Amino acid sequence: MSKRSEHSSAAMKRGHMGMRGRGPAEKAKDFKGTMGRLIRYLKPYRINILVAFAFSICSVVFMVIGPKILGNATTELTEGFMAKIYGTGGIDFAAIETILLQLVGLYLISTLCGFIQSWLMAGVSQKVAYNLRNEMADKVNRLPFSYFDRQSHGEVMSRFSNDVDMIQQTMNQSLGQLISSFVQVIGYLVMMLSISLTMTLLALVVVPLSLLLITTVVKHSQRYFAAQQKSLGDVNGHIEEMYGAHLIMKAFNGEERSVEAFDRLNDQLYDSAWKSQFLSGLMQPISTFVGNLGYVGVAILGGYLAMQGSITIGDIQSFITYVRSFNQPISMIAQNMNVLQSTAAAAERVFEFLGEEEEVAECAHPVEIFDAQGNTSIQGQVTFENVHFGYTPDKIIIHDFSMYIKPGKKIAIVGPTGAGKTTIIKLLMRFYELNSGAIYIDGIKTTDMRRKDLRSLFGMVLQDAWLFNGTVMENLRYGKLDATDEEVIRAADAAYVDHFIRTLDHGYDTVINEESSNISQGQKQLLTIARAFLADPKILILDEATSSVDTRTEVLIQKGMDKLMENRTSFVIAHRLSTIRDADLILVMKDGDIVEAGNHEELMQADGFYTQLYNSQFEAEEE
Amino acid sequence: MLKLRKYLKPFAVSILVIVALLFAQAMCELTMPDYMSNIVNVGINSNGIEDGVLQAVRAQEYEKLALFMSEEEQQIFADNYTLVTPSQASEAQLERYPALADEDVYLLREDAVNTHEEIRQALSQAETYVAGIDQMEVTLQEAMNDPNKAAELSEEQQQLLAVMQQLPQGTSVYDVLGMLSSQQMADLSAQMDEVAQALGESSIDTANAQYVYGEYTAIGMDTEAIQYQYLFVNGAWMLLLALGSAAAAVAVGFLASRIAAGLGRDLRHDMFRKVESFSLAEFEHFSTNTLLTRTTNDIQQIQMVLVMMLRMVIYAPIIGIGALIKVLNSDVGMTWIIALVIVVILGIMTSAFLVVLPKFRITQKLMDHLNAVVRELLDGMPVIRAFNNQKVEEKKFEEANGRILKNLLFVGRSMGLLMPLIMLVMNCTSILIVWVGAHQIDAGVMQVGNMMAFMQYAMQIIMAFMMITMMSIMIPRASVAAGRIAEVLESEPTIVDPKQPADFMEEKKGQVEFRDVSFRYPGAEEPVLHHLNFTAQPGKTTAFIGSTSSGKSTLINLVPRFFDASEGEVLVDGVNVRDVSQHELHERIGYVPQKGYLFSGTIASNLRYAKEDADMEEMRKASEIAQAVEFIDAKPEGFDTPIAQGGTNVSGGQRQRLSIARALVKTPEIFIFDDTFSALDFKTDASLRKALAQMCKEKGSTVLMVAQRISSILHADQIVVLDKGSIVGIGTHKELMANCDVYREIAYSQLSKEELEDE
Repeated sequence: MSKRSEHSSAAMKRGHMGMRGRGPAEKAKDFKGTMGRLIRYLKPYRINILVAFAFSICSVVFMVIGPKILGNATTELTEGFMAKIYGTGGIDFAAIETILLQLVGLYLISTLCGFIQSWLMAGVSQKVAYNLRNEMADKVNRLPFSYFDRQSHGEVMSRFSNDVDMIQQTMNQSLGQLISSFVQVIGYLVMMLSISLTMTLLALVVVPLSLLLITTVVKHSQRYFAAQQKSLGDVNGHIEEMYGAHLIMKAFNGEERSVEAFDRLNDQLYDSAWKSQFLSGLMQPISTFVGNLGYVGVAILGGYLAMQGSITIGDIQSFITYVRSFNQPISMIAQNMNVLQSTAAAAERVFEFLGEEEEVAECAHPVEIFDAQGNTSIQGQVTFENVHFGYTPDKIIIHDFSMYIKPGKKIAIVGPTGAGKTTIIKLLMRFYELNSGAIYIDGIKTTDMRRKDLRSLFGMVLQDAWLFNGTVMENLRYGKLDATDEEVIRAADAAYVDHFIRTLDHGYDTVINEESSNISQGQKQLLTIARAFLADPKILILDEATSSVDTRTEVLIQKGMDKLMENRTSFVIAHRLSTIRDADLILVMKDGDIVEAGNHEELMQADGFYTQLYNSQFEAEEE
Repeated sequence: MLKLRKYLKPFAVSILVIVALLFAQAMCELTMPDYMSNIVNVGINSNGIEDGVLQAVRAQEYEKLALFMSEEEQQIFADNYTLVTPSQASEAQLERYPALADEDVYLLREDAVNTHEEIRQALSQAETYVAGIDQMEVTLQEAMNDPNKAAELSEEQQQLLAVMQQLPQGTSVYDVLGMLSSQQMADLSAQMDEVAQALGESSIDTANAQYVYGEYTAIGMDTEAIQYQYLFVNGAWMLLLALGSAAAAVAVGFLASRIAAGLGRDLRHDMFRKVESFSLAEFEHFSTNTLLTRTTNDIQQIQMVLVMMLRMVIYAPIIGIGALIKVLNSDVGMTWIIALVIVVILGIMTSAFLVVLPKFRITQKLMDHLNAVVRELLDGMPVIRAFNNQKVEEKKFEEANGRILKNLLFVGRSMGLLMPLIMLVMNCTSILIVWVGAHQIDAGVMQVGNMMAFMQYAMQIIMAFMMITMMSIMIPRASVAAGRIAEVLESEPTIVDPKQPADFMEEKKGQVEFRDVSFRYPGAEEPVLHHLNFTAQPGKTTAFIGSTSSGKSTLINLVPRFFDASEGEVLVDGVNVRDVSQHELHERIGYVPQKGYLFSGTIASNLRYAKEDADMEEMRKASEIAQAVEFIDAKPEGFDTPIAQGGTNVSGGQRQRLSIARALVKTPEIFIFDDTFSALDFKTDASLRKALAQMCKEKGSTVLMVAQRISSILHADQIVVLDKGSIVGIGTHKELMANCDVYREIAYSQLSKEELEDE
């Protein structure tokens, strides 16, 4: 499976998990610590946040006072009405008008505060997400290659998109909601208490009841949610598998078997899907009912208190409004707690990534191998001295490798697939650190150079020809950023690529698309050769892979590579032995180890693994 | 959405039940505000007394009432009330009506002949008058003692005051009234009517309730008990309705989740079965990835939207219209407020979406771009580092990131404005209702409680309306998903079995023949294969070689009928593949694709995929030939080693060898290797081919093999050279080297002259 499709399927799976606030919350290992770190990211914006908080409180306070004032208006109305009935007066419209105008003003201010709050928080959350992403991108460039051996690209990408998105959304919405919900709860409580202590106590009795019911339901539904998630994963997995292997399924008459297996999984999914859906749907009616229970209780108690004359009708009315509103922030808090958990899990993944160990620091006093003009006297002589290396410390794959390579020589690395041919190259360019031993270039230890300087000595043409979304010109110039157009064209010409480029739709201005799918594999390879030409490196690395290249392009590639190798120390990873018979040195690798070294004749005489490899090219059935 | 409606058919009854339940829920929800307003209106405001129908009235009080009652009204009273004198009173009656101890009291008969409403009407006017006069008397008494108050009185009241001041102390207004002439009495009545008119129809009940309350107090009845009873009864009703509404909601939830999950299951089943029946042509038409998302995400989305439809979309109009009917029935005067609010909210939402939606789309694009940059960062890591271009990449990323920041800031902030704005509109609606309502109440068309109920209805209508608006955004997306699903379900596989499958010819067993075969992809201008003719004989190896896109794989895929030839015939065992059943055809073929694909399970279950009852010996033998036995045995669990989906937990070479072993377990008549060997290293490739050749010779199997490496096919019995879809040479390696240019060119590009001549 390619990296790309890996990512898309990982994202798909995560996508199902990511339905906000619905599925079981993915829990962070260290909730407090992660949240603490996240809060530190908010520090530069603390003034904005404080102001937003203040406005949020204002907005809620005004919102909360509103019903009480509206209650005053109805009290005034009721009293006036009664007075009218008894003939002792009438409705005092002036008073009501004043109250209502006050209310309009209050709501306007509250709305304005709400605007400012969400404006500020949107800014903060977006900027934090922006900073996090930038930091992660920088981090990618500082991570050692070994990290990416452990972590798939899809996984890393999902941290960039899904996890950061989650954090951003939570900060933008949930944080604001959480704060205003808390303020609301307190605000409503204060207002309720200001009306009547006894009624408040009654209203509060209902809250734990509703919480208890809801948590019971949530607990049950989470179990089914987990089951649904698993079934969904199974079903989708089966679909993915069978669609991916459609040909094989067809060829081996697997249709009936596949549908049978699918139906079994599909039925399981049905069972858990409706149950979890049903249970999660219970929450709303239950809390509404409990809310109504509170309403009736408050109304009856209110009636009693009104009879005692200790409370006005308007107060009862606003109290009832508060009781009904009281439930809303509480369930909002419960809901957001779930979201907060998932956010912590997402943030934890991001911080984990940012906290990964970086490449070994540059040495304190690097040897200057380039002068101020960017020229160097390095000839390209390479020495390996007692090199030991393993991708994991417990599995050393290169044991005590030593080799002296004269400048301008051609070194070939051969061996079966997976023998570790590229390992040598990666060590040479210091993509990985040695376990022990050293590599010298012109007698200078590679660890005594800056990575940047070291890598400037090399040019690479890799099997997986990598180009980016941009014009051909931009892609070629990637080898030497300050090159003029003429220089680029000259390099392309030298690599026999100029002609091919000119046959493209827009020549050097042809845009290579994001998938690099608008030019063929072989053409890509040609462009990377030209790119290496432009960089004019001292040492060349060629991964010659022509398996998916048609014959004519292949001839061109070979020609370009030969030209490129002239007068340069070059390391060639060879897939076809015929092309490297003339190499000055052939390193034969097997299972990650260098088993033989020498030129073609020496190795053939030794009659070892190389000879076997070489002969197997021609081995035939009739033997 | 409509395209999938037949999938709802099995659930028709459940859906009808849901609609019925939703109606019930809406009824409960809509009736609840009535009880809510009763509790405040009657229960608290009027001490639990609904209107002017008296349970008991003192005889002397009735005399006052009778003054203002017509003959008929007095008859109604006489028919429905019994007079109880203190001597007749029972213990229970004495306790309930303490005044009975001293005076006569009329009690409402249990078996009243007239209805509550008739009694109410009979008493209504008289009560209003008496209450008014009582009030007036209090005022006059006060005025007699306080000259200041006397100055505030109206002209008529001043006159009455003058009359009363001339009378001896203790004379009541009624005594005065008794003395009035009938002309004066009529004048007074007219004046009273005027007051009643001003109070308004609906206020009279409230006023009379106050009068009744006063009378009850005078009798010494337990008014608190009456009030409590009223509150409890109405509270109980309200709770009952709340319970009913909750129960209906739960039942709807139950049915809706089952319907949605059931629909999802059925759709998924049909989709899967359909896709499994597809040939390669349909797979290429749709692409594997879209088929995947259609079977997974799209169905999931439909399922989610359906639940919401069943629970909310149907409900919103029911409750909205119900509330509207209630509103129209009660207080026509304020309906315009609701219309106004809906227009305002609609305006706000439309403009918000007009502004934000395009930006949303752009954000999605920018996000894709950012992902592309990250992918570039990751995939290009060696090159980026080799050229020291980290800074360039970081800058590129920051730019993409910055564009997202700008866009999302806009979207986030605009959406952030939306919610407070709508809240503001809702709050202002309440204020407007109170303001307009105050005037209505003043005009006597409405009561306070009714105004509060109106507020609730208004909110319900507005909420329902907003819900429908929200849904109208969601449904188009779901219908796109539905369309995508329907497209798959409606497309018929192009390759189907004939009605009467022919039999294979035993005498031509294992023979594969192409007769003038051409192939063109649907919709393509140029055919991929042109007039191919060749025969592959049993026991022999036929190899196909050519540069990329020369049509090798396409050719080989015609044999198992993954595609149908556009022209000409492909014959297996002497029969056209179109004339036999695909099942029978595939039984005869062992197919190994270019990419070794394994199923999740174990090594053994993968090998048995080809032949379900294969025993250990068969599997071992196949693995030996495929050069897989060595690494299988090296694994601690051997053939029971678990295999991850796609076989990702074994190396590429091992995967390929297992995939070959799988085909070998079957020991078919015809082997097809689609460029299978290029993933293997030379050594394994060579040993495998040797073992394979031996086996094929023994069993007499036909081998069809696509290859890239000349070395893999040097010793094939027959090599077919393809160039741009045409056969440019058929023969052995030697023959082709001698007379086929294309073949020679390929050979020389791979092996040096000497190496080739070594042969």
